[in-house]
Formats: sequence, structure tokens, C-alpha cells
Amino acid sequence: MTQTTSTVAPSLNDSTKPLILQVADLNVYYGESHILRDVDLSVPKGEMVCLIGRNGVGKTTLLKTLMGLLKPRRGAITFEGTPLLPRTTDERARMGIGYVPQGREVIPRLTVKENLLLGLEANSDPAKRRAQAIPDEIYELFPVLKTMLSRMGGDLSGGQQQQLAIARAIMGEPKLLVLDEPTEGIQPSIILDIERAVRRIIAAKGISVLLVEQHLHFVRQADRYYAMQKGGIVASGPTSELSNDVIQRFLAV
Amino acid sequence: MAASILDGIFNGLSIGSILLLAALGLAIVFGLMGVINMAHGELMMLGAYTTTVVQRGFRLFGDGSPLFDFYIFFALIAAFFVAALVGLALERGVIRFLYGRPLETLLATWGVSLILQQFVRSVSGVVTASLIVFCLSFFGGMWVLKKRTNFEQIRGWAIAALLILSGVLARVVNRLLAGAYGLAVTQPWFGAQNQDVTAPGWLRGGIPMGAYQLPKTRIFIMALTILCVLGVYLFLNRTTWGMRIRSVTQNRNMSACLGIPTQKVDALTFALGSGLAGIAGCGVSLLGSVGPNTGQNYIVNTFMVVVVGGVGKLIGTVVGALGIGIADYVVGTGMLANLTNNEAVEGFFRFFATTSMAKVMVFLLIVVFLQFRPAGLFPQKGRSVDA
Repeated sequence: MTQTTSTVAPSLNDSTKPLILQVADLNVYYGESHILRDVDLSVPKGEMVCLIGRNGVGKTTLLKTLMGLLKPRRGAITFEGTPLLPRTTDERARMGIGYVPQGREVIPRLTVKENLLLGLEANSDPAKRRAQAIPDEIYELFPVLKTMLSRMGGDLSGGQQQQLAIARAIMGEPKLLVLDEPTEGIQPSIILDIERAVRRIIAAKGISVLLVEQHLHFVRQADRYYAMQKGGIVASGPTSELSNDVIQRFLAV
Repeated sequence: MAASILDGIFNGLSIGSILLLAALGLAIVFGLMGVINMAHGELMMLGAYTTTVVQRGFRLFGDGSPLFDFYIFFALIAAFFVAALVGLALERGVIRFLYGRPLETLLATWGVSLILQQFVRSVSGVVTASLIVFCLSFFGGMWVLKKRTNFEQIRGWAIAALLILSGVLARVVNRLLAGAYGLAVTQPWFGAQNQDVTAPGWLRGGIPMGAYQLPKTRIFIMALTILCVLGVYLFLNRTTWGMRIRSVTQNRNMSACLGIPTQKVDALTFALGSGLAGIAGCGVSLLGSVGPNTGQNYIVNTFMVVVVGGVGKLIGTVVGALGIGIADYVVGTGMLANLTNNEAVEGFFRFFATTSMAKVMVFLLIVVFLQFRPAGLFPQKGRSVDA
């Protein structure tokens, strides 16, 4: 059952593209409080899907459940046709989900280089895992990282940590990149850098993206959006149809 | 004067390096994983017993033969692997179910320490045979049953039935063997009495240093400690697995999200810490006889070292161990009393100038120290261990 509003665009299922990620009927609880209610969501292959909604509606909870950091009470998640729920978090990462969490979660007492190399853990190419090398494209995307390879991850500024976290995820060459508020608390000039980098990654590699974002300019880059309210999906559609009305209602801007 | 200070430093370093060797494995397990392993001392004890077994084996070559002189190196390797394997079994079988629950871990590992103590007292031919039969039938049975498609439904019953079946089978084997061969197989290998380890010839005696003799065994232990610290440092900082361990230590969830196999990392870290305990056990076996309670003599001191040093950093463990070692010796021998002319102060230090009172003094100092630096000498900056 999906709650609908007048602004809801036609269902996404009319798309003929194969789905890389499908979330069905997902229900998550923290103790007794019901956080996610009957969430249905899908990411078509090669598309960028944005999840919007005010703080506390359950966006991050959804991503954490996707990564296996939280266990749902009911529902199913399928990634490229494989059920994800029986898999452990690290198995999901190695299946091809690159996760850039809220708050970056750079490993603080590891150097930037080590943080990047850890990204290789999820890479499906054993030769690349063995080589332990950082490809030049990483430095092209994020030139700032090249100058601070031997710095501790925890000593970087917020914007640099965010770039490091995205670069680290890219090192794993994921099929699906999951970004949780990559522009939160970051100075505007770096936001543009990050946006540009994410767009280049998508264009170059054709990877799919699931983005949680409040920054409107970035939201507009996505192909499709889902809007969340009180733990449920309340609206969805192509971002081209994202009206000011919806933005007013679901985005904290 | 200078000679006595030199003597104090050498002996302090010597005590400190034994502490360090014993605490190194604990620093990894407790410091990096946040697991309080009360059985750490018993893993040392197992290492020490492994040394006696290897030594018995090498006796076959003859006591004075050149091969016998090198038994200690084989013993070190064997002690490492025996303790690491037991540690691995402990982690997979008990501790992994208790991550994030320190009190339960404390109790469970204490129970394991008692089991291990009694195990070395009563281990004999039949006990080993029964254990092997039990493990073969239980794990073999589980392995066969796991191939069934409905395993998840019958899991509970399968475990209960196999436990009983394997227990009965082990008991039967036990009775049969004991009946057939009698004392030859029921006689405990070690029993409750202490075992003696003879240092190899080239480690007996000492090197004269002025008026003092530096015992070679102590120099050997110092060298062993330096090697182990260096080895652990290089492993943690220069290898991929070391990087994974450090990453999991600092942020377990994010490490998993990056695809690091956290369960394997946990098992490896624990096995490494346990293996180091085994090496420490081999080292301390050179200092005196080995008994089932050997490990208990070390466990309190080693925890002190880790707590004083601060969780999660090797340098803290090193400084903590050497500091406690030197303080122990300097207080215990009354060197401080000799340094002063004030009668009251001298009397005060004299009072603490025995081995056990020195411990009291050092512990008091540690308590005071922890009031001011509760996180130890080298506290972890930022996010710390949250296993």
C-alpha cells in the first residue's frame, strides 16, 4: 500500500529498464518505534535516484538497512536480483554497493592513502585488490587528495573528508553508489566540486546512484525522486516533474 | 652509585620486558578489540606447557646434543601456533557471540581459564582420544547435516541430538581405552605438579657486567620482547591485514560497509593476540617452573600494563610495561631508601622494600595515576574502540 498525494507522478514501474535495486514493503523498528513503514523503492540501472524529505523521516535509516547496519522486521531488498537481507554488511559491499554515509565516517587514525586503499576491499577485481594502487582518475576527480596522502583521515576538513569518502567508495568500483547527504555542512565551493565529481563518475562508469540530499541544485541532477514523510514514501516521479509545491512540502529549504 | 642505578635499570627493564611480552597479546585483544580476555594468562600457560612438551621431544636427541640446544626456537613457534589455535577456537566458539557485552565476556573467559587450568592437570591419553572422538562426531555430524536442505528447521534438534550422541560415543571410547590399556593411557601427562623447563646450554649462566652478572635468559627474553614488539608493529602498520585490523578497531560499522570481512579480522586479531601469549608463555618458562597456575601470576599485572598504557596504542603498552617494571624493581629493592638521608623518608621507603609491598606501592601509584589520566598514558584521540 502506498500513500499518494495529488502531486504523485505515475508509478516508476512503467520504466522498462532493469532494476539494480528494489526495496519492497520494508518495515524497520528501533525498539518499539516504527521508523520505516511499508517502503517501496527501486533504482533502475544506470540512473540516479534521489531520496528527499525533512530531517528525521527515515532516509538514513533506509540506507543503513540497505547496508545491513539495521535489520528490518519485514520486507525485502533485492540487488541485481539477489536477496540482500541474508547477506552480511561486508558481503553487500563486495557485491557492489559503495556507501558514503552521513558524517563521512573516514577512518580517523588511518592516513588518507590507507583510507583510499581500504576502498579496494570491495573491488571485485582481484588483480586490483592485490596491486594496492590508487588510479589516477581518483586524483583527477579530487585533486586535493593527492596533496595530503600521508595525512591522518581525521585531520582533514569536513569537505576534504567528504571527498575522501566518495573517492574511497569509487575505489571499490561499485555498481550502485549510495550517497547520504554528501553536501551537508560543507562550504558551497566544495559542494560544486563534489557535485561535478559525482556527475563525472556517473557519466564515465554508468553506475547507478541512490542519493539522499537536501541541496536542491543537486537534487535536480537526479533522474527520479522519492519523497519521504514520517517513515513512508509519499511521492515519487521524474525530477523534471518535481514541482515547487513538492519541494516546499518535503524539502527542508 | 652509577653501577647500582645501571643495575636498577637493567633489572627493571628485564621485569618490564617480561610484563611487556605478556601484555602485548592482551594489548591487541583488549586494546584493539575491547575484549577482556581473562583466559589470556592460561593461553600463556599453554605456551609454557608446549615448551615443556617440545623439550621432552628434543630430549630424545640427547641432553647435550647440539640439536637440543635449539629446541627453544621450535618451542617458540609451536607455542605461538598452539596458543593461536586455542585462541581462534575460543573466539569462534565463545567470544564472537559476546562482542559489546564486556561483563558476559569477562565471566565466560574466566570460565574458560578455569577449564584450561584443569585441562592441563587432567589431560591424558584417554582424555585426548575422547576429545578427538567427540569433536569428530559432533562437527562431522553437523557438516553432514548442513548439506540437508531443511537444516535451518532441524538445527536445534540436530545440535541437541549430536551433543548427546557425541558425548556418549566419547564416553564409550574413554571406557574402552581405559579398560584395554589401563594406566598407560589414563595417567595424566602433566598432573598438578609443576613442570621444569631447562634452558638450553647457551642460555645458562650470565654475562659479567662489572660487579654484576646479567643472566642470559633475561637478555634472551628482552631480545624476544623487542622482536615481538617490532613484529607486531610492522604487521599492524605495513600489511594489508594490519590495516584492516586498525580500520575495524576504529570504526567497525564503516569498515564492514567498505567490504572488510570483519568476522575474519576479529578471528585473526584474536588468534594473533593469543599466539603472542603463547610466545610469552614460552619465554617465562625459562624463568622458573611451569604449573597450571602460571598464567594467573601474570594476568593482573598485564591488565595493569594495558590500562596504564592506554587502550589502542602499542607505544602505551611499551612505556607502561617498562615503567611498571622499573618502578617495581626500584621500590622493591629499596633503592629509593638508599638515595635519601632523611630518616623518616628512608623508613617509609624501607617499609615498601619487599617484593609484595612494592606491588602495593606500584598499584597505589597506578590508582593515583588513573585519577588524573583515566584513559592512560597515550589515550586514543577521537573515536575509540567501540566493539
